[in-house]
Amino acid sequence: MNDFLAMGGYGAYVWTSYGLAAIVLVWNIRSARVAHRDARLRAQRALSMAASDAATRSV
Amino acid sequence: MGTWTWFHKLSSPPHFYRIAGKMIPWYAIPAALLMAYGLYAGLVLAPADYQQGDAFRIIYVHAPAAWLSLMCYSVMAVAAAVGLVWRIKLAHALAAATAPIGASFAFLCLATGSIWGRPMWGTWWTWDARLTSQLILLFLYLGYIALRSAYDDLTKADRASAVLAIVGIVNVPIIHFSVTWWNSLHQGSTVLRKGGPAMPPSMLIPLIACFFGFTFLYAALACVRVRAEVLRRERNAHWLKDLTTPRLGAE
Repeated sequence: MNDFLAMGGYGAYVWTSYGLAAIVLVWNIRSARVAHRDARLRAQRALSMAASDAATRSV
Repeated sequence: MGTWTWFHKLSSPPHFYRIAGKMIPWYAIPAALLMAYGLYAGLVLAPADYQQGDAFRIIYVHAPAAWLSLMCYSVMAVAAAVGLVWRIKLAHALAAATAPIGASFAFLCLATGSIWGRPMWGTWWTWDARLTSQLILLFLYLGYIALRSAYDDLTKADRASAVLAIVGIVNVPIIHFSVTWWNSLHQGSTVLRKGGPAMPPSMLIPLIACFFGFTFLYAALACVRVRAEVLRRERNAHWLKDLTTPRLGAE
């Protein structure tokens, strides 16, 4: 196990690279979902505002 | 259903939004499986390189990241050109959705390359053709994103950023051929080279799995992001009423 982590003396380089890859993957998944959720919330807000505008106008 | 009808239906935003949503698991699941296998096999099963020892294992994240950064740019530039010429909003949406993904992988490619270069070349960075052109690629992505965010009007942002994306495409072949056109510290192509891949199958198969895994991941991420871009462009459209009420915040 220690041999595996040591990576023949290149452990620091190999694991830092894989760690960065993990961060980039997680960032991509999270930020894509956040972008979609935000766009959805904004679209809904805009729709409900338009609906209430229409309601006030008809009164 | 004829091809044209199919294409026409796909180009309608509500239909496109729904299809993109349905496609996500079909890309995400193969991406997860291929990457899990590829990275595990690359780290554990593949033998150490006879010259580079275990340091060569960085290739399993570095090379797929490099590939995605170039593929994303090509997708972005072609989509931007289609959007500009035929005024297709969905094409602009795809270009805008692709940029942050490409930028993140251009960054990952540079960072892992730098980490790999330190033990192999004795330096974190050198201003040679491959490294410099890849850095320019990252700046093109960042410039594209910054230019878009400078406009409040999405239509103007789409058109202006499309021009930048199209002009920047010249950099893509320069990056790819830089190691053959100029003397470079960077090694030549490992997989796509004359005479076949310069790797035994035990090293190559995990690498190919990573290439496909990263590509599927791009497709899944692009589906999620392009849906967000469609929503931004379709504000106040009636079809959104059917979509936004149920399962809000579920994704």
